[in-house]
Amino acid sequence: MVTATLLMLVIIVPVILLTLLFAWKYRQSNNEAEYDPEWHHSTALELVIWSVPLIIIIALGTLTWITTHKLDPYRPLDRISETKPLDPNVKPLEVQVVAMDWKWMFIYPEQGIATVNELAAPVDRPILFKLTATNTMSAFYVPDLAGMIYAMPGMQTQLNAVINREGVFRGLNSHYSGAGFSGMTFKFHGLSNEGFDAWVQKAKDENTVLDRDSYLNLVKPSERHPVTRFSSVQEGLYDRVLNMCVEEGKMCMHHMMAIDAAGGAAYMKAAGLNLPDDVCSVENADQVVALMDQRALAQQ
Amino acid sequence: MSEPTTMPHDPLLGRITWDSIPMVHEPIVLWTFIAVVLGGLVMLAALTKFKLWGPLWRDWICSIDHKKIGIMYIILGIVMLLRGFADAVMMRIQQAMAFGDNLGYLPPHHYDQIFTAHGVIMIFFVAMPLVTGFMNYLIPLQIGARDVSFPFLNNFSFWMTTTGAILVMVSLFLGEFSTSGWLALSNLGNQNPGVGLDYYIWALQLSGVGTTLSGINLIVTIIKMRAPGMNLMKMPVFVWTSLCTNALIVASFPILTAALVLMSMDRYFGTNFFTNELGGNPMLYVNLIWIWGHPEVYILILPVFGIFSEIVATYSKKRLFGYTSMVYATVCITVLSWLVWLHHFFTMGSGAAVNTFFGITTMIISIPTGAKIFNWLFTMYKGRIEFKPPMLWTIGFMCTFAIGGMTGVLLAVPPADFVLHNSLFLIAHFHNVIIGGVVFGLLAGINYWFPKAFGYRLNEFWGKVSFWCWLVGFWVAFTPLYILGLMGVTRRANHFDDQSLQIWFVIAAVGVAIIAAGIGAFLLQLVVSYFQRDKLRDNNGDTWGSGRTLEWATSSPPPVYNFAKTPVVHDVDAWWDMKKHGYQRPTKGFEDLHMPSNTGAGFVISMIAMVLGFALIWHVWWLAIVSFIGVVVSSIIHTFNYNRDYYIPAAEVQATEDARTEQLARHV
Repeated sequence: MVTATLLMLVIIVPVILLTLLFAWKYRQSNNEAEYDPEWHHSTALELVIWSVPLIIIIALGTLTWITTHKLDPYRPLDRISETKPLDPNVKPLEVQVVAMDWKWMFIYPEQGIATVNELAAPVDRPILFKLTATNTMSAFYVPDLAGMIYAMPGMQTQLNAVINREGVFRGLNSHYSGAGFSGMTFKFHGLSNEGFDAWVQKAKDENTVLDRDSYLNLVKPSERHPVTRFSSVQEGLYDRVLNMCVEEGKMCMHHMMAIDAAGGAAYMKAAGLNLPDDVCSVENADQVVALMDQRALAQQ
Repeated sequence: MSEPTTMPHDPLLGRITWDSIPMVHEPIVLWTFIAVVLGGLVMLAALTKFKLWGPLWRDWICSIDHKKIGIMYIILGIVMLLRGFADAVMMRIQQAMAFGDNLGYLPPHHYDQIFTAHGVIMIFFVAMPLVTGFMNYLIPLQIGARDVSFPFLNNFSFWMTTTGAILVMVSLFLGEFSTSGWLALSNLGNQNPGVGLDYYIWALQLSGVGTTLSGINLIVTIIKMRAPGMNLMKMPVFVWTSLCTNALIVASFPILTAALVLMSMDRYFGTNFFTNELGGNPMLYVNLIWIWGHPEVYILILPVFGIFSEIVATYSKKRLFGYTSMVYATVCITVLSWLVWLHHFFTMGSGAAVNTFFGITTMIISIPTGAKIFNWLFTMYKGRIEFKPPMLWTIGFMCTFAIGGMTGVLLAVPPADFVLHNSLFLIAHFHNVIIGGVVFGLLAGINYWFPKAFGYRLNEFWGKVSFWCWLVGFWVAFTPLYILGLMGVTRRANHFDDQSLQIWFVIAAVGVAIIAAGIGAFLLQLVVSYFQRDKLRDNNGDTWGSGRTLEWATSSPPPVYNFAKTPVVHDVDAWWDMKKHGYQRPTKGFEDLHMPSNTGAGFVISMIAMVLGFALIWHVWWLAIVSFIGVVVSSIIHTFNYNRDYYIPAAEVQATEDARTEQLARHV
């Protein structure tokens, strides 16, 4: 970013200085300055004013190409910090992030806990965030940790990050999402390994379960929600949130899409596929997808 | 799935109830309302006292003279600027005080409406009418035509734009305005049930009709009505940038219309284009709105580039440097503006390859834009620069805009955008290019062409005061926002926890106060100049003595027919060329001039369309049906109006031109 700014200043500073200089030098009262009302073309100058910015943009474009790929939020980290290499044996800490109206829910599948409006991670361990939202598009942003990324309903985005020092950092929603937006903030704790274990234990001690019922209660719009911890999370809850089927009896989006992609339920039945009656449940949908695979194999 | 509306519905009044009137429980709105009513009564009384109703109706409301319509567009823009600026002041005050335990004086629901209204008004009802007003006024004059190609359509376009502005104003006192931001990007998923978003939809749809039709009208005018000899590469630069702008309008506004139609269908018929359910996808809306939204910013800036090109050549008393490269730069920008929309949401997670593509296309736009700045720079080189207010605005623009362009390129680098997106840095950037570019250019243009339109110059002292207040105020107001943005502070927040940020917001509020002084000085400039009009009179027509384009060839203000005899063009800067070759103004041998007749149809149809919009907003179905029929029937009736044109007799032209001959002789 600093390089980019410097590159551009190469052109911006002379432009501003020349503007002021010409304005002064060729002022009306200065009769000594040259006046040439018909001078309006110079091939050499034209070449310069088109090619110098072009060269700068080529340099900047190259820089953009490299950094955009390197800092892509989807790309796994290739080092812990400037001095520390990555240990290939360490599995990233996975955190599932759900943006709600107007609070953040964090699920830790490895630890089996969940929190609302508080996030923590051990120092120097890569973190893999998977993000979605329940209703309104939001953006997950911890300025001290990594760049922001949108969290969108029915879709999942990813963010790879690592925190290199202990401390408490500010986290927020950086995409306006309605009335409770300004209060949609949380604290991010960078902790030592022991500290992180203690933090997890604090949630384990709560003895509260995040299941489909308590989730549906939590998802109702609220502002400045207090920090809440859940000692355990119902299996598959995040997948249901992502596919918008936490409510009983609602078809999950990925199943709907799989069925639609195969031509729709009616077509599949007509084509002689032995579909279960209820294609909408999680278990049966897996069966449907397996059936489709078999059919594709048979056709080959 | 869209929920059925929870608001009560009455067959006669639709969703209107006593609670729809916000001033019952909001004192700020109440006082505004009282002020508006009193101001309105004073105006009505004045109109009656000075017997101005007749002239107002005949000479202005029904007028299809492109000059009067242009002036009305500019008046609309200035009036709405005051409203939009009032919103800005309220936001700055809220953000300067809402820290820690202090929640400020605006509840979130009110604050969210204010920033939405600020954006909508400033773009759609300030910048657009001002830009359209300039194009309307100047294009026929600069190409040596009598009027635009479709004069009635022009009047209709203006009134459709105005109906949109009126609906936005009505939302202040009846119901509420949208809380979803100026592009309605938020809250789509939950289908917010209030009337605010409906006000937004119909205000934009109605004014969009006006904008699109006026775009078509001006393209046809430029293509078909140029004076003999003026081929494309001899058109004034302002006409070129207007041509590109109108091409962008005609190509991009249908996308906005379509996106809003889909959104209305979600809201009125329960479809699921942009909902979260049943295959709907709000991201589709985000893409569509920005495919329109990015060309829109060039729609605003290109004509202003044209204005600066005219001004810099006139006050440097020198031909514009690099006319050809200026034209090609404009065309480049026009094409490239379609290839960059995704830079508004790099953070959606589209992947590195997509982000790189859109990042680099965005940077490429800075090349033709940079070339333009260099061309203005070298126009000044070896010139004789006169520091009238328009030239000050131009120099202020060149320095300010260069920095705004730089921060724009910075935001185009995706890794930087991941940190700065949606932050106050972004806010500072686009105000830097919109205030430092569009607003400076429009104020420069007003100072430059005012004498052409009204026959007297504007007071220079107050013009300079206004310029310095705007320039200083802009930097005081927005430098803190750049700094806050780098510190990771987001836009649209109505409250902050971190007390240490407060000082920056206080400085920004001071900047807004300085800008307010600049606006005040501008209004004062209009008043003072009016009283000094005899002293400031332009008797010559070529007010600045160094005019280059054809509008300076005619009198100030121009006669209704613009040019008694159509000029013949031999070079770029036709009027400069004519003066150089000792052009003699024709004084006899005039013919009858064929002119379009005034009509009230545009006003009537637009007002019925406004009632239609209002009825749809409030779900007053019977009124919607009646007014829809009204629009169709009144349009059909208008087609039976065969009294569309008249001739100005040669004798009358002769008399007008003789009066001018005499005026010129008196003031040699």
